[in-house]
Amino acid sequence: MSRRALALAALAALLVALPPVAAALGQPYYIDLVRRVMIFAIAAASLNLILGFGGLVSFGHAAYLGVGGYSVGILAFYGVNNGWLQWAVAIVASALVALVIGAISVRTRGIYFIMITLAFTQMLYYLGISAEEFGGDDGMRLKVKSQFSGLLDLDHPVAFYYLVLVLLFAVLYLVRRIVDSRFGMVLRASKSNEARSRAIGFSPYPYQLAAFVIAGAICGLAGALLANHTAYITPAYMDWTRSGEIMFMVILGGAGTIAGPALGAFALLVVEDLLSGWTAHWQVILGPLLVLSVLFFRRGLAGLLPREARRG
Amino acid sequence: MSYGILVFEQLLNGIQLGVTLFLMAAGLTLVFGIMNLVNLAHGSLYMVGAYLTVCAVQWTGSYLAGVALGLAGTLVVGMLVEVIALRTLYERDHLDQVLATFGLILFFNEAIVLIWGRSALYTSLPAWLQGHVELIPGSIYPVYRVAVIGVGLAVAAGLWYVVTRTRLGMLIRAGASNRTMVAALGVNIRLLYTLVFGLGAALAGLAGLMAGPIYAVQPGMGELILIQVFVVIVIGGIGSIRGALVGSLVVGIVDTLGRAFLKPVLGHVISPPAAEAAGPALASMLIYLLMAVVLALRPEGLFPARGGR
Amino acid sequence: MVEAILAVSGLRKAFGALVATDGVSLDVREGETHAIIGPNGAGKTTLIGQLAGNLRPDEGRILFAGQDVTRLSAPQRARKGFARSFQITSIYRDFTALDNVALAVQAHAGHSFRFWRPARAEAALRQPAREVLREVGLAGRANVLAAELAHGEQRQLEVAMALATRPRLLLLDEPVAGMGLEESQRMVQFLAGLKGRQSIILVEHDMDAVFTLADRISVLVYGRIVASGAPAEVRANPEVKRAYLGEDA
Repeated sequence: MSRRALALAALAALLVALPPVAAALGQPYYIDLVRRVMIFAIAAASLNLILGFGGLVSFGHAAYLGVGGYSVGILAFYGVNNGWLQWAVAIVASALVALVIGAISVRTRGIYFIMITLAFTQMLYYLGISAEEFGGDDGMRLKVKSQFSGLLDLDHPVAFYYLVLVLLFAVLYLVRRIVDSRFGMVLRASKSNEARSRAIGFSPYPYQLAAFVIAGAICGLAGALLANHTAYITPAYMDWTRSGEIMFMVILGGAGTIAGPALGAFALLVVEDLLSGWTAHWQVILGPLLVLSVLFFRRGLAGLLPREARRG
Repeated sequence: MSYGILVFEQLLNGIQLGVTLFLMAAGLTLVFGIMNLVNLAHGSLYMVGAYLTVCAVQWTGSYLAGVALGLAGTLVVGMLVEVIALRTLYERDHLDQVLATFGLILFFNEAIVLIWGRSALYTSLPAWLQGHVELIPGSIYPVYRVAVIGVGLAVAAGLWYVVTRTRLGMLIRAGASNRTMVAALGVNIRLLYTLVFGLGAALAGLAGLMAGPIYAVQPGMGELILIQVFVVIVIGGIGSIRGALVGSLVVGIVDTLGRAFLKPVLGHVISPPAAEAAGPALASMLIYLLMAVVLALRPEGLFPARGGR
Repeated sequence: MVEAILAVSGLRKAFGALVATDGVSLDVREGETHAIIGPNGAGKTTLIGQLAGNLRPDEGRILFAGQDVTRLSAPQRARKGFARSFQITSIYRDFTALDNVALAVQAHAGHSFRFWRPARAEAALRQPAREVLREVGLAGRANVLAAELAHGEQRQLEVAMALATRPRLLLLDEPVAGMGLEESQRMVQFLAGLKGRQSIILVEHDMDAVFTLADRISVLVYGRIVASGAPAEVRANPEVKRAYLGEDA
């Protein structure tokens, strides 16, 4: 195994070992914290597909956390607690929303794309606020977690933790297969040099749209997980600052790498956790930290890992 | 109150929102167009303008002095931000700009909370701006809002004059449509950028201080309006003052009239309970739907400044 | 009668008051190397843009292998067998030379909505790509990142990518631009080797290359073709001399 693979395997092993270690140390809080981090890592990994590999600066990715979360919440509200169904709806609904938003947005470029994705997410946010049925601004509680016909009990913190862990690994692996496939190569080529891609015969639009939909669907799954994790679904899932946070995770961790989003999610959320322990005004410190990291630490955390051998 | 009067007043409200949006959009669209800089912290300058003015008015006891100080203060803050944080971003790609200015927003919002707390500030208006005026028989409309519309339109006229009739304006228009060319012609780009950014900051501060008494002066006020400003710019076209003006008025009027009348109008078409539920939701989504329609027909906006590059 | 692979008629393109392309008509025969030359500012870039599909002409028609492609986009024309190299090197800098060419092969090897199998493991893409790299002389540099190739090698890669699509018509935009003497000669030799097998439009400033390679030359001045024919004819044409050397020629 290459040194990079070893480093990543070590990190993965730490994740696997966390629950028993935390329990032994009498600190179950960390199981909760890391589980939350991993859910955001899934969201960040999905954004990385279109942002890191595809070059689409989508500032509205949090929309799919909302769509996924509300899919679970709304179904539960009407008494449908079947996890299989809820999560399937979360994924499909997110894919459909991504398809509609993407179909309009992906045709645009540069600054326009950033603003449009932001605006559409804001639209969904307002939709959530005005949905009085489902709690409006206050949101709604998830009284019963997603049920998986006795196979898995999400109320059991450690079982839920391992489920999220497995899903995170699965998503990272899926993203890896996608970016190395023919589809992924076209996506990455379009980011690298669009004029060249068009000249050899690739129209970027269908590939970028498809990637947008896939990313939305995966993020929808993260939304469903988040709903179960917090047992509370609010329009704040789709707040644009949430979109910004996810973007930061991707960049901080290393855009265009597989492990990057997970590393970034850890770094950002752990730092937030630490800072908010110090002061309620932690954003006054985090803000400049983020600015500095963008200005001086562009390669991201994944750049700190041992370099991968050049593949031919 | 007659329906006609109601529509008239809401129309005025729409125009007032429109000029507020215009003041924000004009600066932002120029910065986008000329410096190719995505500046999310523009909303923070709006917020700073509001806060500084409230304080300056309290401190000096005079409204006009307070306004002048507030504007000057916002300009200074804007310059500082440009020199310290934004200069390095001109060469970076949009993603870096988005992230860095996003960090600035977090900083500004929390800094405001640190200094002034989370609750909204009370803004006092001088006597000559209070009260109502009868613009058309039967309608009593707040003097302040009329003043805001007046100032906004005056600034729009002033901007139009500068952009179309002065040398600076010519450079601005040239820069918006082809930045590299302007640099190649030997224009002092640094100075142009600083001037443009300063102008944008001043306009944002003006928008903020005027908006204070109407909306609330509180942390995060900038972001609420910023996203609407984005919609304006997308509809109007990047880099174009004309587009910003048209876009602002359209968005301002559509949004205001939508919020006021969509529910009752819907109630005539579909059942009132359904309208009760769908009305407000649709009204808040109206400008985004409008944006989507404009984009579908004209992906570059209505009056894009960009010609060939 | 030799079939025309490309037939351009009455092409016109104006940018406001500036008429960049003023009624251009030309044709390229199958297997021919047709050079387009002209002084700076003649409108070559605009013409290339319209041929490649990046610019929509105001008037006129472009027939490619008998099909009207005037309204087609660049990717659409590429899929019909049109390939081009860029004057300013436009390659995938963060991919290896082999990846670059493989992508060009991929664009013409079935659809790319495959999400699972690694593209780098597909012999159907890698083999032809290696072959093309060997043809242009870059076989030894296959695994080097494109950004790390020397300028001349990058120009070779440009041509390789265009060739990898097995095009019916190849448009080369100043292929030897910025190359040293030796490198240019090698490139010209390579292009000479394609003569007869490959239809080529060659836009060039380098007159040695043009007169070595061209079967026919068209001269573009202020958006108009002022001369078109065999190299010897064009060389002797007084209008051409005037365009290049000024009124006193």
